[in-house]
Amino acid sequence: MCGIAGYFGDVQPETKGRALLGAMIGAIRHRGPDGFGVLAEDGVGLAHARLSIIDLAAGAQPMASADGRLEITFNGEIFNYVELRAELVASGHRFLTHSDTEVILELYAAMGPACVERLNGDFAFAIWDRSRRTLFAARDRMGVRPFFHTTRNGVLWFASEVKALLAVPGVSAELDPIALDQIFTFWFPLAPRTAFRDISELPPGHTLIATPSGVSIRRYWALDYPDAADADGLDQRPETVIAGDVRALLEDAARIRLRADVQVGSYLSGGLDSSLVTAMARNEVSERLRTFSVGFESPEYDEAGQQIEMVRALGTEHSSIVCTAADIGRAMPDVIRATERPILRTSPAPLFRLSGLVRDSGFKVVLTGEGADEVFAGYDIFKEAKVRRFAARNPSSAWRPLLLQRLYPYLPRLQNQPQAFLQSFFGRGAEDAGDPLFSHLPRFRTTAGAKLFYSAEMRQNLAGYSAMDELRSLLPERFAKWHPLSQAQYLEAGHLLPGYILSSQGDRVAMAHAVEGRFPFLDHRVVEFASRIPPRLKLRSLREKHILREAAAPLLPKTIANRVKQPYRAPEVAPFVGAAAPPYVADRLAPGAIGASGLFDSVAVGRLTAKVARQGEVGFKDNMAFLGVLTTQLWLDAFAPSAASAQPPAVAAA
Amino acid sequence: MTSIDQRVTNFIRENFLFSDQATPLSPTDSLMEAGLIDSTGVLELVAFLEQEFGIVMADAEIVPANLDTIAGIAAYVAGKQSAAKAA
Repeated sequence: MCGIAGYFGDVQPETKGRALLGAMIGAIRHRGPDGFGVLAEDGVGLAHARLSIIDLAAGAQPMASADGRLEITFNGEIFNYVELRAELVASGHRFLTHSDTEVILELYAAMGPACVERLNGDFAFAIWDRSRRTLFAARDRMGVRPFFHTTRNGVLWFASEVKALLAVPGVSAELDPIALDQIFTFWFPLAPRTAFRDISELPPGHTLIATPSGVSIRRYWALDYPDAADADGLDQRPETVIAGDVRALLEDAARIRLRADVQVGSYLSGGLDSSLVTAMARNEVSERLRTFSVGFESPEYDEAGQQIEMVRALGTEHSSIVCTAADIGRAMPDVIRATERPILRTSPAPLFRLSGLVRDSGFKVVLTGEGADEVFAGYDIFKEAKVRRFAARNPSSAWRPLLLQRLYPYLPRLQNQPQAFLQSFFGRGAEDAGDPLFSHLPRFRTTAGAKLFYSAEMRQNLAGYSAMDELRSLLPERFAKWHPLSQAQYLEAGHLLPGYILSSQGDRVAMAHAVEGRFPFLDHRVVEFASRIPPRLKLRSLREKHILREAAAPLLPKTIANRVKQPYRAPEVAPFVGAAAPPYVADRLAPGAIGASGLFDSVAVGRLTAKVARQGEVGFKDNMAFLGVLTTQLWLDAFAPSAASAQPPAVAAA
Repeated sequence: MTSIDQRVTNFIRENFLFSDQATPLSPTDSLMEAGLIDSTGVLELVAFLEQEFGIVMADAEIVPANLDTIAGIAAYVAGKQSAAKAA
């Protein structure tokens, strides 16, 4: 795992290109502290910061193909490189190394851009094809590894993180107000948009081809689900057979994700997903497996008891770290420098701390259970949508909404809710039933409460723009035919997963400490197989991830396999209020600082800050608004300090 | 002394609306439909009413009819207060 950067176009002279590549890759050296390489020649430049994991001796990059025709800079892993290499050798390809990097080169030589369809892995790479004078770049299907790009004066610049692009003269950080409005609705900007005006990401499952005549971006893979009305589209075999296949696929996905020339560890939260991944890995490795976890002070958030139970059951060598509210407060500016976007939850901060523990323990690679909730329907939002639909079919039923109280047993503030109000909040289903975003409307509406704090200028700039309408317009044509659960899963797996979970809460906070996460549940074979499993086997009544639990049962203690999901949550506003609040909070939220950035209304922010300080604990809406405002201010501080005195940005065309 | 609906309006502006610049708040606007009170905000509202007006709300009274509009809240509070006086 590494960092990549480069350009395509005329950068003269080559010495200047080389210096720029050095500056770009220097900005993301945290991703690959084991080695650096740059290549600059007429019309192209590639740079690489290396975290050595496979073929430690010979895997340096940028790497040339054996025939010298191709050069590559590559971030990520190709897990099926062993099998691909054997195939390529059999058909006459020559290899100079045993790296997965060279497998991409030879596969591209054999197949061209279609090579991505054979790759099973998490990747972002760029190949310079000298004979065709073409730059070919690609990003993995689920969006594990990042790829950002921008064009200035006819030169295409790309990198693993935006901060490398900001090292290029003429590229500056300016907050895109539409991106902020999307973050204040969904928690992330809709790809290819980023928080930075005029800087894009290559969306997951896409390739980019740059030639002297232009840049073309194409989708090579998409999440898909069968039509709800088409019984043949679903896997109709008996449940036990399907569960067996799920187990076999996951075991293979975990097995090939243990391929590395360094020892691979595992995150272990104590929940079903990471316990299953850890159990499968334990069965594959000969040495004692190392596991890592993060815990919290407050029992409302902590899963330490479950972790200890799993560590005992699996006999792993375990290290854990407690993440205090003070830790979260202290880490937040660094977290925002890593996420490169405002965030509305603190949850990336503990994972930032956890990756630090992994690195300090001498590990570079960890397996994680991330993805299971998207692929096998584990999130509460799926249950909530099911209950809301159920209630909406008979709005006068008094008992149907009672199910709502069963949904969030771990939220004490919600448990105290009067029934009539719960019903009103969740029971708006009848009028929303036809909305394609039905499953996510309560979340989006609650999140959008953060927009109350916009300044008059921001309101004016955004007049007529609707983030939800834009998302609706981006949904695939077939979306309307999918089962409601598939629709909700698509919104999670196709948008929130790459937009937030794998980026702000994944790659960026792990790679800040040079730690690579690997995700057996996001093997595309697993994802494609799971999409055909009947929805009733994923969410059986209100039992989430039913089929996964059945698949996991032989591998886990019964208590773990049957445990009701406890979502990963961290203290939200406590880290930023009270006597122990970090000094930057008052500084960044002061009326002068708010007024200078021009995005928010300083009176409203002052009232919110006072309320948060007074109560110490507030509802979701206020939590998210507070964090959204605070982290936007931190973002400006980190990336666009001059914006602190500038006028609010105008809106770019949507 | 300011009227009940004035005190309630001030509380809602300060704690749920935060700003004076946004759309005006009418006594008959649904606070939930306007997105002003989220699913935990109602607890804050109840706590405020009990403290500010010296009343105690029974569970059965914590319903949208009593709490979803400023007018509804004012009527409910006035009713509680006069019931307390009569008692």
